[in-house]
Amino acid sequence: MIAEFGLVCLWLAAALAGLQLVAGLLGLKSGWEGLAVLTRPAALVQALLCLVSFLTLVVLFARTDLSVALVAANSHSAKPMVFKLSGTWGNHEGSMLLWVTVMSVAGGLIASVERRLPERTMLATLGAQAFVALGFYAFLLFASNPFERLPSPPPEGNGLNPLLQDIGLAFHPPTLYVGYVGLSVAFSFVVGALLTRQVTPDFAKAMRPWVLGAWLFLTLGITAGSYWAYYELGWGGWWFWDPTENASLMPWLAATALLHSASVLAARDALRAWTVMLGVIAFSMSMVGTFLVRSGILTSVHAFAVDPERGGFILALLAINIGMALALFATRAGTVAEGERFSVLSREGALVINNVALSAILGVVLLGTLYPLLTEAFDVRVSVGPPYFNPVTAIFALPMLLVLAVGPLLRWRGDKLARVRWPMVALAVLGLVVLAGVALLSDVGLLPLLGFAVAAVVLVGSLLPLKGRNLLRLPLATWGMVVAHFGVGIALFGMAADTAFQTERLVAANVGDVIEVGPWSARLESVAPVAGPNWTALEAAIAVRHGDGAETLTHPQARSFWSPPTETSEVSLVTRWNGQLYVALGDQAQDGRWQLRLWWKPFVTWIWYGGLLIALGGVLALLGRVLTDVRRRRASTLIAARRGDAEVAA
Amino acid sequence: MTSAIKPKHQRLVLLVIALVALVGAGLLAAWALRNQASYFYLPSEIVEQAPAPDEDLRLGGMVEPGSIQPQPDGVTIRFAVGDGTTTVPVSFTGIAPALFQENSGVVAEGYMGQDGTFVATNLLAKHDENYMPRELEGMSREQARQRIEATLE
Repeated sequence: MIAEFGLVCLWLAAALAGLQLVAGLLGLKSGWEGLAVLTRPAALVQALLCLVSFLTLVVLFARTDLSVALVAANSHSAKPMVFKLSGTWGNHEGSMLLWVTVMSVAGGLIASVERRLPERTMLATLGAQAFVALGFYAFLLFASNPFERLPSPPPEGNGLNPLLQDIGLAFHPPTLYVGYVGLSVAFSFVVGALLTRQVTPDFAKAMRPWVLGAWLFLTLGITAGSYWAYYELGWGGWWFWDPTENASLMPWLAATALLHSASVLAARDALRAWTVMLGVIAFSMSMVGTFLVRSGILTSVHAFAVDPERGGFILALLAINIGMALALFATRAGTVAEGERFSVLSREGALVINNVALSAILGVVLLGTLYPLLTEAFDVRVSVGPPYFNPVTAIFALPMLLVLAVGPLLRWRGDKLARVRWPMVALAVLGLVVLAGVALLSDVGLLPLLGFAVAAVVLVGSLLPLKGRNLLRLPLATWGMVVAHFGVGIALFGMAADTAFQTERLVAANVGDVIEVGPWSARLESVAPVAGPNWTALEAAIAVRHGDGAETLTHPQARSFWSPPTETSEVSLVTRWNGQLYVALGDQAQDGRWQLRLWWKPFVTWIWYGGLLIALGGVLALLGRVLTDVRRRRASTLIAARRGDAEVAA
Repeated sequence: MTSAIKPKHQRLVLLVIALVALVGAGLLAAWALRNQASYFYLPSEIVEQAPAPDEDLRLGGMVEPGSIQPQPDGVTIRFAVGDGTTTVPVSFTGIAPALFQENSGVVAEGYMGQDGTFVATNLLAKHDENYMPRELEGMSREQARQRIEATLE
């Protein structure tokens, strides 16, 4: 019964989305204003129903109800509870239900809290939100029903891919989804503003928290995904330019650009049409990402052709949503008046360069990701990897980061070169000194060398906006910018340091052998079998010592899961403030020696610390914006109340 | 400098910068893709076409039975990859993936060494317990290619 209850809730939610669409859009016409009052309640109730439906599926997974096809295909009664729960969204149907749930909850939130925009724009926004949501409801109900029953339940479930049975990954996809869906909210705001021709600073201010939130979750999702790939795949790399990684990077690039252009629109009423365009691009990238990951096209174009229903559905949704938005943009862009003007040497000018560079990187990544799919359609298999992505993205990223270091020092509208000459000269000297220093003292590649120099410039430049300010009175949003930009410098430093100075040893060792890697020495103590709830493993005990420091024991495993039968490598990590020792256990050679792979990766952890700092910057900025809004709203109600009192008194 | 340019022209300057950067990105990407994409070869194609030494490429085929030879250093293996007509010797230093075994599909990433041995820097093997029969003989090259690709992921 529970499954049917969930399905009924989902159908009702879809019906309410239909009502929200009709009420929102018809409410815009004169003579139909009566319908408009239904829009906000419809959005709220829809959010509740969808949430209940999702929780129903969680309960089904928690109980391992094998009569439900999805549970039988993806769960197993012997699985630890947390992975049973995360199994809910560790599959296609469940993850699409999660997507719709997050989307409807976001719609409910806008309906209940957003009061800044003119009511007509709000109605159009909620209508657009319902339109996008309806597509996904149709996708769920017609092409990927999560609540489908099996005629005869199997005795035991299939299990979940062991690679996914990892606590980091249990929460990685939902984080990304919140980011993707947040961009759908920005998209709805854009469509709403275009429909009512209200591309104003208020529109940018209403949209900005949603873009910030989406961007924040994407940042966290990418950081977590990178760390997961690093320790779970056992290859010691932190970014593979894998299509699934690019699928999350592309919306992030677009969201980063949107975030900055929305700031220009909010503060200066400039870049109107461009901000609207970016809103459309950002959501297109989330849908492209979903399409790449969910359609099966990445495995093979041929696999996609075998079962085109799902991929085709997402592709159709992408075409409808984006096509209609672009058509709307084409007919309305001419009526969006030109915004305020500014000179090239101004805060706006720097932000335009940021936007252009981010768009260029986005284009480069998109081409590199789609190119193998295109050639495969003509039966030529190619793979595009780091030799393409690293240099081509760096050509745009490194100059952009230099602009990042000075942009926040510039004034809005127009600035004098004389005013910012000394900070710029100081930063340039710093960059050149670091460049010369690293080049003279060590033999590193061109990209890490440039990385060190640019990281130094960004680290110092990001702090310069604090100069001469009262730190206690600095707005939270400004702190957010400083922290996020500083985080970019930290992450870049980590990438450069790991690329330039990592050392690797691959050996076959007997028990008792000592292996030197960088400043570390490691002694293989023993290898013994161990067992977990749904796996068995060979576990090595290795005593490691940094320089003359104390010894610590570390335990890498080679794990075998039995349902489904898969082997994974559980690496062990020894973390210091300045880097990580990475130890992986391999096979036993014929003479009884054990294969061990050890890396010393200096400052590699700074990559993820940087990612977390960038996210923290997002949290501070979001908090700052929301608090300012709340304070202003309270003040305006207070004024209205006083005015009311005065009228009563009079 | 800034005062010399009219506001209208300032906008033009930014637009030109944007266009140059975006068109540049497109051209650069197209050029780099032609040069940097690494191609997928079957053993018979590698023998016929002889790619330039040190060019990054992928070699796909079946691991020939009885060809896996662990080397004395304990971390290098040598084996042969075949497609039913030709075989190519491969050397790999590292930890082989769990399901790397004789008679199953493998894709090796690496380059052709000077001595005609393919030097693999990474091995991709099928993460599946199903045995794959060796029936590549008699298949067209396209069928063989698809069969091998199907064993991956």
